Amino acid sequence: MRAEQIGVKLGPRQVLSGASADFRPGEITAILGPNGAGKSTLLACLAGLRSPDQGQVWLGPDPILSLPARQRAQRVGFIPQSPEVAWALEVEILVGLGRTPHIGARGLSREDGEAVSRAMTSAGIEDLAGRDVTTLSGGERARVLIARALAGEPDWLLADEPLTGLDPGHQLDVAALFRTMAHDQGKGVIVTLHDLTLAARMADRILVLWEGGILSDGPPALALSSEVLARAYGIEARLTPSEAGLTIEILGRTP
Amino acid sequence: MKSRRTVMAILLLVMGLLALISLSAGKVWVPLAQWFRPDDPLSAIVLDLRLPRTLLAMTVGASLGMSGAALQGYTRNPLADPGVLGVSSMAALGAVLTLYLGISLQAIWVLPAAAMVAAILGVALLLGLAGSTSSVVTFILAGVILNSVAGAGVAVALSLAPNPWAVGEIINWMMGSLADRSLSDLQMALPFILVGCGLVLTTGRALDALSLGETGARSLGINMAATRWCLALGVGLATGAGVAVTGVIGFVGLVTPHLLRPLIGARPAGLLMPSAIGGAVIVLAADILVRLIPSVAEVKLGVAMAALGGPFFLALLLSLRRRVA
Repeated sequence: MRAEQIGVKLGPRQVLSGASADFRPGEITAILGPNGAGKSTLLACLAGLRSPDQGQVWLGPDPILSLPARQRAQRVGFIPQSPEVAWALEVEILVGLGRTPHIGARGLSREDGEAVSRAMTSAGIEDLAGRDVTTLSGGERARVLIARALAGEPDWLLADEPLTGLDPGHQLDVAALFRTMAHDQGKGVIVTLHDLTLAARMADRILVLWEGGILSDGPPALALSSEVLARAYGIEARLTPSEAGLTIEILGRTP
Repeated sequence: MKSRRTVMAILLLVMGLLALISLSAGKVWVPLAQWFRPDDPLSAIVLDLRLPRTLLAMTVGASLGMSGAALQGYTRNPLADPGVLGVSSMAALGAVLTLYLGISLQAIWVLPAAAMVAAILGVALLLGLAGSTSSVVTFILAGVILNSVAGAGVAVALSLAPNPWAVGEIINWMMGSLADRSLSDLQMALPFILVGCGLVLTTGRALDALSLGETGARSLGINMAATRWCLALGVGLATGAGVAVTGVIGFVGLVTPHLLRPLIGARPAGLLMPSAIGGAVIVLAADILVRLIPSVAEVKLGVAMAALGGPFFLALLLSLRRRVA
């Protein structure tokens, strides 16, 4: 998947201007950047849900917007930021919605049912199958929604702030789930994140967005530096390599 | 899935029973034995008056029940209903305008066509709005406004028309009834209601996916514009054709899916067919009730539905508010 010179205007504001990046399957890419840097906008462009004003996103040899919606949905799964679930659906039915791009006129086939139970197993939510979604805790809900995206068996999984609102334990669980998907199943995973330490810990590669472009791009240890953080977020931070990857200590605002 | 089939089977059974009662019930009770005697005036009551009425109750009820379920699914809002949101009033306005302009007599299809076009416009307007706002309250308010404006339009058109019975006509359109309808009314409405319901059924998968919100549905490959048009056409045809024959009957589409959800689950596509049957049951039951209430002039079906549905709407609103708070 390749983003080529993406430019997006939201009203009078140029949110993205000429952002380019290549994404590889089998790795987790975290998109970082301050509020309003265009993380979600870029992700929506990558998912083919928004057409950029300039540039385009390529999925393999095709511009993603040239693919029929159904075909695109089979290949690219997307989890929106704080996703809504409108009705008191059973977990299994909700996960089954992930099969929407695959099902024919006759409804869910046996193959669809198998994909749904595989997705529920890999997200570790088999025991929630009959539960009403509205009764789930935040952590359970996050895993159910990831299972929903997995059920479609996409090659690419894009998630907009999937860790926001989760406690540290559940953040690690969900991060581990993304790692399995990328490293063991070979899917390309792209997430937007706010938590720097978590990003450094879970991602194979980090993109920092700033002022509509890409400020730095590479493995966490290279992409994140005190200069980058000072520039993007306006913070002073000390970065020390550690067991978990990179420990980022935030000292204060830059003067 | 099993419970869904069972519920549908039970509903069909109830509908059949109510249809039989509907053929016998009224000011004059006609027992089954007297239904098919060619020279008996009682037989004429059953075949010429009550048969069309019963069949219309089922068709119109089904179209309203399914339209309600579809609108609720699309808007993810359990308060949506063609009556409450003004779609039915728009249809009535379309119909009344043809009366006012004096073009309704030029051909038999002019009035129903206008009703359907106006209803389609009404749904399109609402769905467009639902797309641009995520607020349940804004959406319902828009429906309320559409309802009042269309209702006022009906009143104005009828008052300005050179017609001594204007007031009665206004009531006839805004408070629907099934009394004194003929088989030709049914013949007019049925094809459009069938096509409309067929179109609504094709949106089932999109309605399900919309449980995940509009972005969620689009990421699952759902074409939102196509869905919106299918629904606007489907609900517009089904509701408009019904209103052209019976006038506005509210609350059927609101109540039916809500009663069915606890029994068969909340999946929007799964509710479409059961809501159609349930709507038929409710309208049949209400129409039988209306005939049995001892009163000089028959109580209008629209009045009865509003009397039953209004408190229901209020209760639903209060329970929703509690859940939000």
